[in-house]
Amino acid sequence: MITVQSLTKTYAGFTAVDDVSFTAEPGRVTGFLGPNGAGKSTTLRMLVGLTTPTSGSATIDGHRYADLPNPGRDVGVLLDASAQHAGRTGREILRVAAATMGLPATSVDEMLERVSLTPTEANRRVRHYSLGMRQRLGIATALIGDPRVLILDEPANGLDPAGIRWMRDLLRDYANRGGTVLLSSHLLHEIEVIADDLVVIGRGRIVAHGTKEELLEAAGTVVRADSVIRLADALHAAGIHATAYADRALRVDAEPGHVGRVAHTADIPLTELRAADGAGLEEMFLELTADTQREDLSRTTRDAREGAVA
Amino acid sequence: MTAVATPPARTPDTVTDTSTAEVGVRRHARPGIPMTRLVGVELRKMFDTRSGFWLLASIGITALLATGAVILFAPDASLTYDSFAAAVGFPMTVILPMVAILSVTSEWSQRSGLTTFTLVPHRGRVFAAKGVAVVLVGVVSMAVAFGVGALGNVLGTTITGTPLVWDMSLTHVLQIVLGNVLGMSLGFALGLLVRSSPGAMVGYLVYAFVLPTLAGVLAAFQQWFADAQPWVDFNFAQGQLFNEIESAEQWAQLAVTTTGWVLLPLTLGLWLARRSEVK
Repeated sequence: MITVQSLTKTYAGFTAVDDVSFTAEPGRVTGFLGPNGAGKSTTLRMLVGLTTPTSGSATIDGHRYADLPNPGRDVGVLLDASAQHAGRTGREILRVAAATMGLPATSVDEMLERVSLTPTEANRRVRHYSLGMRQRLGIATALIGDPRVLILDEPANGLDPAGIRWMRDLLRDYANRGGTVLLSSHLLHEIEVIADDLVVIGRGRIVAHGTKEELLEAAGTVVRADSVIRLADALHAAGIHATAYADRALRVDAEPGHVGRVAHTADIPLTELRAADGAGLEEMFLELTADTQREDLSRTTRDAREGAVA
Repeated sequence: MTAVATPPARTPDTVTDTSTAEVGVRRHARPGIPMTRLVGVELRKMFDTRSGFWLLASIGITALLATGAVILFAPDASLTYDSFAAAVGFPMTVILPMVAILSVTSEWSQRSGLTTFTLVPHRGRVFAAKGVAVVLVGVVSMAVAFGVGALGNVLGTTITGTPLVWDMSLTHVLQIVLGNVLGMSLGFALGLLVRSSPGAMVGYLVYAFVLPTLAGVLAAFQQWFADAQPWVDFNFAQGQLFNEIESAEQWAQLAVTTTGWVLLPLTLGLWLARRSEVK
């Protein structure tokens, strides 16, 4: 189990991580979600002692990471698959990791097979590896010590669809066997399919935390109508908050039944009425990314509104 | 016919480990990582890249080349062990510090430190292991170099028919080893201070080739510097080791300059490198 308590990291007046607390439970995959630059990597780095926190603490099964006698046997870590000596072969990188942990050399071949790196690939120097191959090697380095806890930063980066599927199955299986998995991603959909619990971070602060079901439940309703402006007015009159969601659709913070009754009373025919299923999470996530993303989000929202008016 | 248990099919690109065993079942004892293992790992990391391998191989290669050059070009009267040792030893004074520099800086320049410092979250231990590994490589390299020089001396004098001369004392040999270990320590300290391979290497080359010229010019024109030089110029004091130190004053000069040029940067470098983030 990973326990993070009030972790804070300040760099010369800039707060990268601001009072972050959460837990990652054994037997579950915890997704650490946030846009680029939200503080995910800094938090993970503090977890494994690479970055010293300004305040707060992080423990793994009650121990500080630095107090683990042989950390590789307890915690598998993959922070950046590209951070390897380009002049070493994949097999050698794994051998060095195994030697540090005091594992026999035979474990290296087993692990290479497990991450589907062929002997030919393993004997090539990492400089010639694709990002996907580096990710597999990084996963191998994390798994080779048979740890109980996995901490992975953006492990799906660079993997092809089959590789992402492989990674998802591997992590699912690992959690099913009692392991604790904490993985970060900046892609909501990527993490939605694998995570049991979600921790959403934005601008250094936790903005949402809970099981995936809880967060999706809280997402409200999507409602679509030809006369969407009238519908919006009717909902507003009923005291229900609605935002433009897509073409002639609104996302509403209310139960579908309630929305249906309001529409019925106002005599507005609906073309669609359903639970939002993550739409609210996506919206929150888009708001978070608005500042850091190059895309002009306000324009996208405006387009949606204009689409609704048309 | 009895039922035969077939192993589960292993399909590629899915999880091949179909066991349902609990992950990371705790072994009873959880021993830490002994220092000897860390030194072994660091030694391995010095050899297992193409650049690292050839850097170390170049020690043997340059020793052979230097020996051959002495046999071919040195006048017969100079075919003594001292000539061979000097010729073989010179490339070492450049290559060995590079070995020391790269052992530290590659963790940052190649970013492998991300894994190294995660597997061993006590950087002081990692740097200590690196230091031991570097000194071991240095001492073994020197032994190889002196051996190649000795073979050259035997071979050269046999070819020319000149008498075999062993004009080098054991204390001088040990002093040359010490001089090289100090050069490696300076490289190691530079690596910790700069934490960038090109930066630290340029820094060392400036120290080894630019500073002596500047110091020489300054000493030629400024009497005060000529007087002070042995006490402030590490290059100068280190050079005295290669020519064999005899007086206590020279040892004192070496101690003073080593403190300023090696121990101080080493302490500061260790302090910085233990805190520096591997990005």
